[in-house]
Amino acid sequence: MWSGRRGSLRPAGCGLEELRRRRREREAVLRKARREQQLISKRLLRDDAPGEAEEGCVAMILREAEIQQFLRLAQRGTEEKERERALVSLRRGLQHPETQQTFIWLEGSMRTLVGLLTSNQALLQLEAARCLHELSHSEQSAVAEACLPATSYLLTYLSGHSSDFIELCLYTLGNLIVESEAVRRQLLPQGIVPALAACIQSPHLTVLEALGYALSQLLQAKEAPEKIIPSVLASTLPQHMLRLLQPGPKLNLGVAMEFAWCLHYITCSQVNNDLLITHGALSTLGLLLLDLAGAVQRTEDAGLELLACPVLRCLSNLLTEAAVEAVGGQMQLRDERVVAALFILLEFFLWKQPSLLPEGLWLLNNLTANSPSFCTSLLSLDLIQPLLQLLPVSNVVSLLAAQAFLQQSGLQALERHEETQLQDRVHALQQIALHG
Amino acid sequence: MQLPPALHARLAGAPGAAEPLPVERNPKAGAAPFRFMARLVRFPREHEFFEEGDVQRHLYLQDVLTQVAGEPEKPRVPEFTCQVAGCCQVFDALEDYEHHYHTLHRNVCSFCKRAFPSGHLLDVHILEWHDSLFQILSERQDMYQCLVEGCTEKFKTSKDRKDHLVNRHLYPADFRFDKPKKTRSLATPQVTVQVSAEALGADWEQSEGDAMEGCSEPASERRTCGHRIPPTICFGQGVSRGFKSTKKRNKHQ
Repeated sequence: MWSGRRGSLRPAGCGLEELRRRRREREAVLRKARREQQLISKRLLRDDAPGEAEEGCVAMILREAEIQQFLRLAQRGTEEKERERALVSLRRGLQHPETQQTFIWLEGSMRTLVGLLTSNQALLQLEAARCLHELSHSEQSAVAEACLPATSYLLTYLSGHSSDFIELCLYTLGNLIVESEAVRRQLLPQGIVPALAACIQSPHLTVLEALGYALSQLLQAKEAPEKIIPSVLASTLPQHMLRLLQPGPKLNLGVAMEFAWCLHYITCSQVNNDLLITHGALSTLGLLLLDLAGAVQRTEDAGLELLACPVLRCLSNLLTEAAVEAVGGQMQLRDERVVAALFILLEFFLWKQPSLLPEGLWLLNNLTANSPSFCTSLLSLDLIQPLLQLLPVSNVVSLLAAQAFLQQSGLQALERHEETQLQDRVHALQQIALHG
Repeated sequence: MQLPPALHARLAGAPGAAEPLPVERNPKAGAAPFRFMARLVRFPREHEFFEEGDVQRHLYLQDVLTQVAGEPEKPRVPEFTCQVAGCCQVFDALEDYEHHYHTLHRNVCSFCKRAFPSGHLLDVHILEWHDSLFQILSERQDMYQCLVEGCTEKFKTSKDRKDHLVNRHLYPADFRFDKPKKTRSLATPQVTVQVSAEALGADWEQSEGDAMEGCSEPASERRTCGHRIPPTICFGQGVSRGFKSTKKRNKHQ
């Protein structure tokens, strides 16, 4: 179900230990960024066609004169192939930060690039879009902001039909969105939300995944709760997102993941979760949870936890809404199979990604807090023992497990059915939780 | 962690909720030493509880987590020609053809052969450029609709609309898909002239051009012609714009 990942970031001759070390480094950087609430990441699409491999994978630093030369050739060359090749050379050069800097400071360069982007020469258009994409991926604000003149066109092209091109535009927009508030202040009045709402009806999975990425970047913005989420909720986007999260033969993991994260950014902002509940979010996510639990048993599929995580978060946060009781939302989520699914996922997390266990326990807490039925399920499905087994795993887990079960709903549930045959178990439970 | 074996069966079983067990307090139990209330827990956006999952998410975005697989090369096919009448473009990869077709042939105005990036813009174009009823109506009411999807504003003139696009929607003043309609003779179709760029002293820095023109001449010539030749001058009779006779030009864009 995974679409092929593009671009090979693994440099040649990289050992496993080296990879692990790099990954730990990256994790540390990301953690620090998260604490400072500066967590942004960009996605790079890069086609490393074999033909280009001959010229070496190292991005070249282009000088001003060379950039001018390539632009001139692209714009005025007589041979179409020649024009295309010129842009390809420019694009490769733009993989290097120094070339990017030279480019953006060169007078008229962006104007020319936008001209090529909007020309009627299809392949030049595509190459120009790839150049823009390289620029959008830069970590330097000035470079990404230099792409602003192109945004109205990128948005216009979202209602086109060429799926590869639209995908490229979407990833470029996603990268630009996350760059700075200045970019978003331009994109919002330019109509990015309606453009995305129209584009989400595309049948192409690659387009949908790219759209989910761009939308998730938009929703992650600091000012999103006030300035972005209300208009997203007012559009048709929520219904389409939920549609794309429904389990079934059409469910695509890459697509679902992006929209699950979008939904998480919306729900945890607490703007209007009641609306989502009205659209059936609880039952859709509940069914998806069941599907996930089935999937983790069947496959070694890499990355299922990346979908499970936002689903758990959304469910947990949505369950706290008053609408759940009032609108009969609780009706959407009464199936005790959800509890079974949750424990299967907890076991999966224990093996695959223990750091995500607290998220699963959070959902367990919110499921059982006001529901004697779910508490009963815990007992009747014989899940106390597995729950207790999680206690030694980590500090956070034991805190939550004890808190969730024994100190809150669990104890209430226990008190409610202190039948004699359970007494021994109950007693043992309390002892372990208090002293273990 | 050992899950009870019946659990997987339960997952695969029918939906259903457990009937809550009746509340029965054992008289021997005495007062509960704990004072706890069942409590729903809610975490807001920036809560540190989300740190782990967020970090994993971003690792994924940075492509570290997933299997790094090289992009398979574009499948090459035996060369074929675009089948649209008058277009001689040749391709050896389907993706290239798809993009070419959608860019140049999909949303084409049947009156003037201009190509548009979307059906929406094509519809607006046909309405404003080729519909005589539109002209009549626009004298009485605001007919020029805003081009931004989702905006329902309409305007008296295309200039007013452009001002709206620039001021309200932050569009560039030279947005290429909002060219004012050229005045021209309705009798004969226009053909842009083949003039060499050098003769007209084109400056490479000017990237103007009517993006909506149909495919034919190299971009530079088209651009300069768009500016220098008055639109009322017409060369050749009955030649449809954008389609050249094969003897003059074998390659199309």
